[in-house]
Amino acid sequence: MRDVKKIATRDAYGDELLVLGKENQNIYVVDCDIGKSCKTVPFSQAFPNQHVNVGIAEQNACGVAAGLATTGKIPFVTSYAVFGSMRMCEQIRQEVCYPMLNVKIACSHGGFTPANDGASHQGIEDMGILRTIPNMTVCMPADYASARKLVRATAEYYGPVYLRFTRDGVPCIYDDNATFTLGKANKLKEGKDLTIIGNGDVLNLALTASEELEETGISVTVLDMHTIKPLDVDAVKEALATSGKIITVEDHNILNGLGSAVCEVLAEAGKGIVRRIGIQDQFGESAPYERLLEKNGITTENIVKTAKELYSL
Amino acid sequence: MSELIKNLEAQAKEVRLTLLDMIHKAGSGHPGGSLSATDFMTALYFHEMKIDPKNPKDENRDRFVLSKGHVCPVLYTCLGLKGYFEKEVLSTLRKEGSILQGHPDMKRCPGVDISTGSLGQGISVAVGMAIAGKLDQKDYRTFTLLGDGETNEGQVWEAAATASKYKLENLVVLVDNNNLQNDNTCDVVMPTLDIAKKFEAFGFETITIDGHNMGEIVSALEKMRNPNGKPKCIVGKTVKGKGVSYMENVVSWHGMAPDADQYAQAVKDVKEGF
Repeated sequence: MRDVKKIATRDAYGDELLVLGKENQNIYVVDCDIGKSCKTVPFSQAFPNQHVNVGIAEQNACGVAAGLATTGKIPFVTSYAVFGSMRMCEQIRQEVCYPMLNVKIACSHGGFTPANDGASHQGIEDMGILRTIPNMTVCMPADYASARKLVRATAEYYGPVYLRFTRDGVPCIYDDNATFTLGKANKLKEGKDLTIIGNGDVLNLALTASEELEETGISVTVLDMHTIKPLDVDAVKEALATSGKIITVEDHNILNGLGSAVCEVLAEAGKGIVRRIGIQDQFGESAPYERLLEKNGITTENIVKTAKELYSL
Repeated sequence: MSELIKNLEAQAKEVRLTLLDMIHKAGSGHPGGSLSATDFMTALYFHEMKIDPKNPKDENRDRFVLSKGHVCPVLYTCLGLKGYFEKEVLSTLRKEGSILQGHPDMKRCPGVDISTGSLGQGISVAVGMAIAGKLDQKDYRTFTLLGDGETNEGQVWEAAATASKYKLENLVVLVDNNNLQNDNTCDVVMPTLDIAKKFEAFGFETITIDGHNMGEIVSALEKMRNPNGKPKCIVGKTVKGKGVSYMENVVSWHGMAPDADQYAQAVKDVKEGF
């Protein structure tokens, strides 16, 4: 783990919302009684006329947001990754994505970040599920600074977006000058031997691994693929052209998330070789966050080991 | 009987004939629930709602959400007869490329305020529209039509609670209480119990009427203009397949199109009564 300042990206969500709410009276928050955990309380206090709390009723929250959106509002439905992707899944499909309404689904507690809460609260399938719905954009920022900018980018973009945040602190990677575009990967490091494509709370593991690999003479490109849909296909193709060797790293089931999306590009290109590091299609449990990652091989050591194997092929 | 009621009754007859023609030409669709909702829909579109077919996106217009989206033939008929699109379009129901999809699509069809088709969801969208109207201090109202079977969906009651919390006096929920759903009667599939009492328990001002009596419908809608901080619910006791002899109270006419002979009989029944 990099020895740098850590902040949860859910804090970035709450902080940026507060700025956006003041700039634009059409920015709304629809809460489901977990505003405290999702950091929307300051927004609700500052802008009570731009805030709706429907209680513990996620399906309804999504429909209410759709209704608000038909009148020109830009509602951010706020929940946890598990509920915001699955409890309201069909409502998102029917009332948001199908009519292409300007509703944002913003969720804390992505992946294993609510570690001690146990499996019921660890959203590990969410991004993959929402990736299959037409018109949906799916994004997980890696740190505080990028989360703030991607929340802003989401508000400025017209259409449905799913945003996924961390419950707990994650290392700060970016400085304040970095720029972000939904659907465009950010290149954090340039190398020629292989490419590590990561996102969210585990992108920092990819960075640490890349530094260790540099010391052994393996030069690595690191991409932050914050948006898995639309995937930055050009960035993946560039990786294919450079070395053709790719490792994906995500705090999400290895099925249907970032790794799968990258594999789709490689398979259709008919070249390249990929190794996916992520949750091994199994539920988590109440345990320290690092232990949960370790049990699934989402560690710096495993990224380094996998990279060396790939390099030697 | 007043001139207004007489005109609306004649209008309802035209709506019934038009929607039967649509479904017959399409070869599929949902006649039973379209016919039970026809009198409600006629009263809304030809009397109660403040709408302008020439300006379907007017931000001050009254909104309508067909929460029971499968009965869109009756909605399309009202829109077509009001002039939201050419009447000829009505014969394209369910055809490839048509603005009249099998369930309502707001992106294609002018006058459709929200796409629906998955039961239990439309009422939430209507609540969102009504909240926006209140917070923006606009005086439009939002109407939504639900089926009685649809109230099986738990989301309906999540939405009802929200309507009450936000004192949505600008929301009118109409329930087409025909006591039949897809598989069988409501009593067999899932008893609805007293729908009006349930909405009342959620803080609504409610009224139960004969959903085919135009006079009762018009006066109930008038009563529900009352700005008393309570969301409104009108439960209409209706007959599924109303107006067509062989469809009335027959479960299988939920989602089936009449063939040529059946269509001829249906036209006769609606025109002449039986």
